[in-house]
Amino acid sequence: MSYSTLSSICEESESTGIPFWQLIERDDCRERQVSEDEVFETMRGMYHAMKAADRSYDPELRSASGMTGGEGAKIEAYRKSGHALLGDFLSEVIEKAVKMAESNACMHRIVAAPTAGSCGVIPAVLLAYEDFRGAEEDEIIKSLFVAAGIGEVLAETACIAGAQGGCQAEIGSAAAMAAGAVAFLEGGDNETVIHAAALAIKDLLGLTCDPVAGLVEVPCVKRNAAGAAVAMTAAELALAGVRSQIPPDEVVEAMDAVGSQIPACLRETAEGGLAVTPTAKRIQERLNQQSDME
Amino acid sequence: MNLFDIIGPVMVGPSSSHTAGAVKIGFVSRRLMGCDIRRAEILFYGSFRTTGRGHGTNLAVVAGLLGMHPDDDRIPHSLEYAKRAGMEVEFGNVELKDAHPNSVLLRLTGVDGKKLSIVGESVGGSLINIAEIDGLSANFTGDNPTLIAHNDDEPGHVAAVTSMLAAEHINIATMQLYRKSRGGTAVMVIETDQEITKEGLAWLRHMPGINKITYYSVADLGDTPADRMRREDEAAREQNGEVREAEKRRS
Ligand code: SF4
Repeated sequence: MSYSTLSSICEESESTGIPFWQLIERDDCRERQVSEDEVFETMRGMYHAMKAADRSYDPELRSASGMTGGEGAKIEAYRKSGHALLGDFLSEVIEKAVKMAESNACMHRIVAAPTAGSCGVIPAVLLAYEDFRGAEEDEIIKSLFVAAGIGEVLAETACIAGAQGGCQAEIGSAAAMAAGAVAFLEGGDNETVIHAAALAIKDLLGLTCDPVAGLVEVPCVKRNAAGAAVAMTAAELALAGVRSQIPPDEVVEAMDAVGSQIPACLRETAEGGLAVTPTAKRIQERLNQQSDME
Repeated sequence: MNLFDIIGPVMVGPSSSHTAGAVKIGFVSRRLMGCDIRRAEILFYGSFRTTGRGHGTNLAVVAGLLGMHPDDDRIPHSLEYAKRAGMEVEFGNVELKDAHPNSVLLRLTGVDGKKLSIVGESVGGSLINIAEIDGLSANFTGDNPTLIAHNDDEPGHVAAVTSMLAAEHINIATMQLYRKSRGGTAVMVIETDQEITKEGLAWLRHMPGINKITYYSVADLGDTPADRMRREDEAAREQNGEVREAEKRRS
């Protein structure tokens, strides 16, 4: 990947007239020596896999630990009851995010974006958007390149693994990528896109990674809903003209610094935070006994 | 990092290291075996042992050994598929020295009776490392063709191996050398961009001072049990479909 800053993508886009999404697409062409069509279709394949995963949600499924399953269906029922304060669109976003993350915990096929733990955020936002706006699929695919470009900068300059940088690296990165994608879809210019991403990162900076019993379930599943909502909020702010006072690339650098300052017990080791609450310890105990019995 | 590692890969959850990586370890091990597996003893270490069950690591390794890829939706049911394929599976735990926290020791017996023991590690994302083969260090990813040579620790063997590769126009991607003790056994692990020919491997095996050659090929090794069962299931589904169609027509 040739870009380690968000501003370098914007500058190149400005000077060449090539859109943000296409710079990212062409970068992959160069790297893997494949045609633009091929890269575009591979990305379409990713989007179709996201759609298929959303369609195949099964409310009856439970994870091996018993901690996860069935909650997405509850959100759907509540939305359909007409009580959703968030409105139909945002309520559908959080519903899809939880469904996807539940499917992941229950060993269904998903698309890691950027990780398996945060796989619900981007598809939730984009699938609901496609429905709501009646958007062209090709535009959604382009927005996935925008998201990927933001993700690549984060991977390069900060990090996208909970074990390395806490949950800001997973849910935070996913939210930043989704925010940028929506800002693009709504016609935002490059500056709007990267400010949407920066605003999302700022909202989730320092988030702990403290999964109960070390499993990608609690708090991960519901954090996907929160991440998706943050993404929508950040996109809306940026589209309204709100700007991050700290320039986006400085926000990314701060994220990197915070990632290494987060203590090891809050980086996927299950030795801090929610993972060491009395209830979490009881769950851990029960699971240990189960695996010993086998 | 590749673009489709950011949006992607398509995989069966829940964890890229404990599920997708574990499938890959199984898959690469089956390739190393070079034939179907009759019996697999699967021993977990570290975080594979403590959080493996919740992440489906056991199911994932078995799926890989059957030839499934990390995006195969049959992974959660791999134990049933193992039974169907006649692959015996046994799980346990193991203490390993200086091992990566996500490690598994596989003791495999092939349908041809060949035995192989492999230590695989899931090192982050869905990247893996094959750390040991038959008790000797290996260290390779399984993404490239890989040559592992165990030789006497004396001058000339590295040159002999690399000049054979040069003669076959094979480009070296990575190369590692290490030894247990001076003048003892040394190991060469060479990942290449092209496949090494049978003749090249035979030549190496006959070279004095070279005690063992292990070769990992990424070429298509033909049908896996996973492929065969997929075809059987598809055929059965088609037949069922036809039967149902016929019934519909009758009623
Ligand atoms: S809490 Fe940790 S494991 Fe869970 S989604 Fe966040 S980073 Fe991933």
